[in-house]
Amino acid sequence: MSDQLHLTYNISPDDFTRAGEASSDVKGKLKQMGVSPEAVRKVAIAMYEGEINMVIHANGGTINIIVSPDEVKMILEDEGPGIADIELAMQAGYSTAPDKVRSLGFGAGMGLPNMKKYSDQMKIQTELGVGTTVTMTVKL
Amino acid sequence: MDKFFTAVRLEENLCKGCINCIKRCPTGAIRVRNGKAVITKQFCIDCGECIRICPHHAKLAVYDPLNVMNQYEYTVALPAPSLYGQFNNLDDINIILTALKRMGFDDIYEVSGAAELVSEMSRKYVEEHKSNYPLISTACPSVVRLIRVRFPNLLEHLLPIKAPVDIAAELARKKAMEATGLSADKIGIIFISPCAAKVSAVKEPLGYEKSDVDAVIAIKEIYPKILNYMSQIEKKQDIEDIAISGKIGISWGGTGGEAGGLLTDNYLAADGIENVIRVLEDLEDQKFSSLEFIELNACNGGCVGGVLTVENPFVAKVKLKRLRKYMPVARNHLYKEEILDGFWTKGVQYEPVFNLGLDVKESIGKIAKVEELCEKFPGLDCGSCGAPTCKALAEDVVRGVASEMDCIHIFRQYINECHPDS
Repeated sequence: MSDQLHLTYNISPDDFTRAGEASSDVKGKLKQMGVSPEAVRKVAIAMYEGEINMVIHANGGTINIIVSPDEVKMILEDEGPGIADIELAMQAGYSTAPDKVRSLGFGAGMGLPNMKKYSDQMKIQTELGVGTTVTMTVKL
Repeated sequence: MDKFFTAVRLEENLCKGCINCIKRCPTGAIRVRNGKAVITKQFCIDCGECIRICPHHAKLAVYDPLNVMNQYEYTVALPAPSLYGQFNNLDDINIILTALKRMGFDDIYEVSGAAELVSEMSRKYVEEHKSNYPLISTACPSVVRLIRVRFPNLLEHLLPIKAPVDIAAELARKKAMEATGLSADKIGIIFISPCAAKVSAVKEPLGYEKSDVDAVIAIKEIYPKILNYMSQIEKKQDIEDIAISGKIGISWGGTGGEAGGLLTDNYLAADGIENVIRVLEDLEDQKFSSLEFIELNACNGGCVGGVLTVENPFVAKVKLKRLRKYMPVARNHLYKEEILDGFWTKGVQYEPVFNLGLDVKESIGKIAKVEELCEKFPGLDCGSCGAPTCKALAEDVVRGVASEMDCIHIFRQYINECHPDS
């Protein structure tokens, strides 16, 4: 029996009714695994924000989750537009979300800041016109 | 003591082993095994959905019989506000309360009266605990039980104030002891309840050691008796003036009443157990900001929707609205009453009953196995195996309480492989 659990989710673009399904599934599984409530909260929020980002900005993508006894690793890959200025994107309140999205209550400019806040480690690889990969880790 | 006491029971000879209850249960607590429904009581939150849905009336709630009142020298009835929504053309609550006295209760203490005190206590508590926003109502025992097993991150948001019925019970006993000189055990405090969850909450309260309620009887059992005694009240002057509550207290009978009593607009009120779960999930993911209070009721419409009521909950709500129309806002105030012990005396502990393994390491393998089984099962969620979904069967297999062959589709495949020509 392996020491790691791999989960893969395909995130469909522009579908707000389904946005959050993947993070909610992971949250449920982590709870059933006896992961501490605090760590479950961190993963759920960080991943939810990432998932919503992929829906809003990146035409969807793929999320890979790797759970091992001491950490949860979330790898969010998309083939979206890329992030032009990571430093700016990391600022609380900065958003490039279109009005259509903001009118739904999203796009408050807290996506990346919250992902950083709720994960213990976050790495962003991005290339304009090619895509973005965000890797977040939450220690258990 | 049994911290997983549940008031829901199965009448086995009425159970046909159909899949209605397993499908409806919001916590996946029921399986059909050997043709009969079986409740895992650690998972059960007493919401009453299975009682509501069962077409064969095989699910029941346990509560005390009406003659429980004969066990005491002096009895006080505690009518829930939802009781008042059960009657047609009612203009005066005192008619119901007089009927209760004629039935044999020595005194009445309206739960709605105590509810007004809880509203005052809550108002102050909410104002003073901004760091715990949003505070979550704890009046519905099913909601507290749900949070205890499924939402550990939200435990700190629970409003640590006793439910109105328990405050009413304390005050009623004190009043009765003073009036009669009897010792506490000779006095029977009897709650007239709209729901089964209150039975469990009285037997095994969460947040405090012991409830002051001695017995719980069902609205639906006492309802015909009340009607009978009401019809015998002929003259207006025979109606005793017993009612003590105002608008705020009566409103607790339906969703929004408790939150309304807080006199803030910054609240959310939801009812129906599936909606409650959705709100709690979103709250856990911090999708709400700046709410002060969240009122949650497991039943549609709030307490008027309890499984032990008789009237359609939405009709009952209209009736409550009519009743309270000319009432004063509130008639009970903390400065007039001395509540000995209105707050919780202990926290509610997380009960991780749904855990698959003993630790994360063991659970990783088990969840992987569940995923693998889910791939194998047809994904029809047909319930023929006795579990509500293919995923639930997979978990049962991993827990060692079911087998893959319980799936008729897997079984058929197996038979076909054994006898390829058949």
